[in-house]
Amino acid sequence: MRPPVSDLPLVFEDVSALVRDVTLVNGISLQVDAGAPTVLVGPNGAGKSTLIRLAMGLVAPTSGRITWGGRAETDGQRRAMVFQRPVMLRRSVAGNIGYALHAAGIARAARRERVADLLAQAGLAHLTARPARRLSGGEQQRLALARALARDPEVLFLDEPTASLDPAATKAVEDILRAIAQSGVKLVMATHDLGQARRLAGEIVFMLRGSVGEQSGAERFFTAPATPEGAAFIRGDLVI
Amino acid sequence: MHEGSSALALVLGGDAALYAIVALSLVVSVSATLLAAVVGLPLGALLALVRFPGRTFIVVIVNAFMGLPPVVVGLAVYLLLSRSGPLGTLGLLFTPKAMVIAQALLVMPILAALTRQTIEDLWAEYRDELTAMRIGPLARVMTLLWDARFSLTTTMLAGFGRAAAEVGTVMIVGGNIDGFTRTMTTAIALETSKGDLPLALGLGLILISLIVLVNAAAWGVRRAGEIRAG
Repeated sequence: MRPPVSDLPLVFEDVSALVRDVTLVNGISLQVDAGAPTVLVGPNGAGKSTLIRLAMGLVAPTSGRITWGGRAETDGQRRAMVFQRPVMLRRSVAGNIGYALHAAGIARAARRERVADLLAQAGLAHLTARPARRLSGGEQQRLALARALARDPEVLFLDEPTASLDPAATKAVEDILRAIAQSGVKLVMATHDLGQARRLAGEIVFMLRGSVGEQSGAERFFTAPATPEGAAFIRGDLVI
Repeated sequence: MHEGSSALALVLGGDAALYAIVALSLVVSVSATLLAAVVGLPLGALLALVRFPGRTFIVVIVNAFMGLPPVVVGLAVYLLLSRSGPLGTLGLLFTPKAMVIAQALLVMPILAALTRQTIEDLWAEYRDELTAMRIGPLARVMTLLWDARFSLTTTMLAGFGRAAAEVGTVMIVGGNIDGFTRTMTTAIALETSKGDLPLALGLGLILISLIVLVNAAAWGVRRAGEIRAG
């Protein structure tokens, strides 16, 4: 079988986005390659979420170009996203996964087994029949991850996926993220939690005021940041 | 007091004429609500999800038509269906079908307006998730209608309530013909004017009981569904 055409590298070429006359990102040029997780860090308002929303097509660029594997237009079928506060459909836990599988074009006969696999991966197999909206915050986030994986994504975007969770729930989500990354899915995650960035990142994109401050390997960023703002951010200073 | 006990005797006695009126009323109002839903629910969803020139005008009109005077709707349908009207050849005037059409026209704006509001609110909540999942326009509508099913049950009840309680429209297009187009509301109006208060009261009791029963059943279904689906 011919392997599917890759959506990577994801390339932003001088991309800007304005929403109601407010510049959210300004002339960003960035390349995201396959491999270890890319983590976007930076202060609030730096443009991390906007960058992810641009990549997912939830925000249209005002100028510049975004390409996927060298192509400007793709069907986007192998990209998925998990939001900070995921919205659970008014169905059961299994129903939420089933819906995503149906949307991804998985045949009905294959869905039941896939639902079971994904719920087991997310540690939710014991909650199959429960209404999704009655899960705890951590369980909902794990279900959102399982739902995103139903698309069999090549790239998974995550926008502050643990920002609203307690440490135990955060650890559960991070464990799943590590397993997903090890399975070959490219993770691109925004977080304000530097500890989490240290734990998960293979590459860091430090963002500031709607631009890319620096992009480097995680170890290098944390030991020898290339910009004074990056160094200040790592120290915990206020970076405006 | 005497009228009250006579009314109760009529209801409990299983008066055939009375229950024929009740049955016709139910058939007409339920049919009208379902017919209105076929148009009103998709129209409401369309207005909630699609931006097009003139949309705001249509939204204002649909909202305004929630308060349509029944007699005006009755008059319009009468003119349409009368022998000299554009649809006169169908021979529908003074039949239950004409009553269904008129009540559906009355109920449709209610269903469309309330559906639009419900779906618009739900879409604001679901937009990012469904867009990220690459859900197409038709599937979006179906998803939103399904996930809003409990709220839409209440919307349907509001429509049914409007249809069941309505008198002016069915009086004009149905003609209140005994045994053929006489409904509970038209019968109550007629019997009251004739001074036959027991029958009017009996029908009134049944009408209110039916509306309470239908609402209670729908509330139960909604509650059970919410517990199951969250």
